[in-house]
Amino acid sequence: MPHDHHDHDAPHALLPPDPALRVRALETILTRKGLIDPAAVDAIIDTYARDIGPQNGAAVVARAWTDPGFLGALRQDASAAIAVMGFGGRQGEHVVAVENTPTVHNVVVCTLCSCYPWPLLGIPPAWYKSDAYRARTVREPRRVLAEFGLVLPEETRIRVWDSTAEIRYLVIPMRPAGTEGLSADELARWVTRDAMIGTGLPVRPSA
Amino acid sequence: MSRVHDMGGRYGDGPIDPSEDDLPFARDWHRAALGLTLATGALGAWSIDASRRARESLPAADYNRLGYYEKWIAALADLLVERGLATRDDLVTVDLPQEPLSPRALRAEAVAGALSRGSPSLREGPAPRFADGARVRTRLPARNMWVPGGHTRLPDYAAGHAGRIVACRGCHVLPDTNAHFLGERPEPLYTVAFDAEALWGVAERPGDEVMLDLWESYLEPEP
Repeated sequence: MPHDHHDHDAPHALLPPDPALRVRALETILTRKGLIDPAAVDAIIDTYARDIGPQNGAAVVARAWTDPGFLGALRQDASAAIAVMGFGGRQGEHVVAVENTPTVHNVVVCTLCSCYPWPLLGIPPAWYKSDAYRARTVREPRRVLAEFGLVLPEETRIRVWDSTAEIRYLVIPMRPAGTEGLSADELARWVTRDAMIGTGLPVRPSA
Repeated sequence: MSRVHDMGGRYGDGPIDPSEDDLPFARDWHRAALGLTLATGALGAWSIDASRRARESLPAADYNRLGYYEKWIAALADLLVERGLATRDDLVTVDLPQEPLSPRALRAEAVAGALSRGSPSLREGPAPRFADGARVRTRLPARNMWVPGGHTRLPDYAAGHAGRIVACRGCHVLPDTNAHFLGERPEPLYTVAFDAEALWGVAERPGDEVMLDLWESYLEPEP
């Protein structure tokens, strides 16, 4: 029968303890054994350092605010809707959009690890991966949001989405008042990363 | 029954610092850890479920001590040996000979396609047992039914609680088996709403809810 105890002299303990040296050692081993193409590793890093980030999610939200047909598609099948905009793939294979309303505010967490919609928001920030955020958001979301400076109206109920499977949640914040004349491109600048996690609201861009 | 990674609801972690923002990479070795983990994952020797299992199987003291990317790197080394891609000797050999690039290795020109395809977990599978709106109760205790102490995605804080089916998300690969190389065994996956007051005894505000994605075998009908 398979079992799952962890050997106290696990293989990773054979590598140097310093994390930078440990990574360097693994990189050398993997390269020498022909298991990785260093150019592929660089291409992966460049993608997440440069190309993929919250601007993707912001474009989705701004389009949902301005294009009723797209909002309908997003509600029906968000993965298909964002694929049309060129977004999807790793850690965003199955996307669901959750919309804030005057009575419901949504906030996303992963208590078991750090699941996050990478193709829409990029890789997660340190606080999202922190023990405090993972432990507390499901139990005391209002205290957590207050630490982000977000205080919700008394009548608003909170839905906390714990990302326990491969569904990745994108919060669609409410469109701010006074933005009626703005284009989708202008509106996208209001949509912060935290507004799409639920720990913030859209913010007027600085000029 | 829970492991160290299963921290939902835990007390004692202190405040959150929203300015703690390390993006995109705070250290050069963070970027290397991400690149190596994704490139090696593309060999197809393990799934994301096995990766998660390897990270959360670190001894509790190590899990707490190590940072996010340190956990990734430790798990990567352990998986390489577990899956026979490297030996323990390889990990301590200073100057390994250069072998030719494996045909399975991810090439630079294939990176964009691999990342945009991802690894969908949706599969064909049985028809769902529960309809939207149905009342269900989660397994108690939260445990892996195939492997004692094994990987599961039912958090301890939600075990034994009654909830309401909000949506069926189709059939998805079952992590409890897939993480241990015991097959994908796809099952209907549901989003289930739990009343915060029922979960925690007292809610910050009545009517708040916690939503979880749970596989059908985690659930029983609630009369």
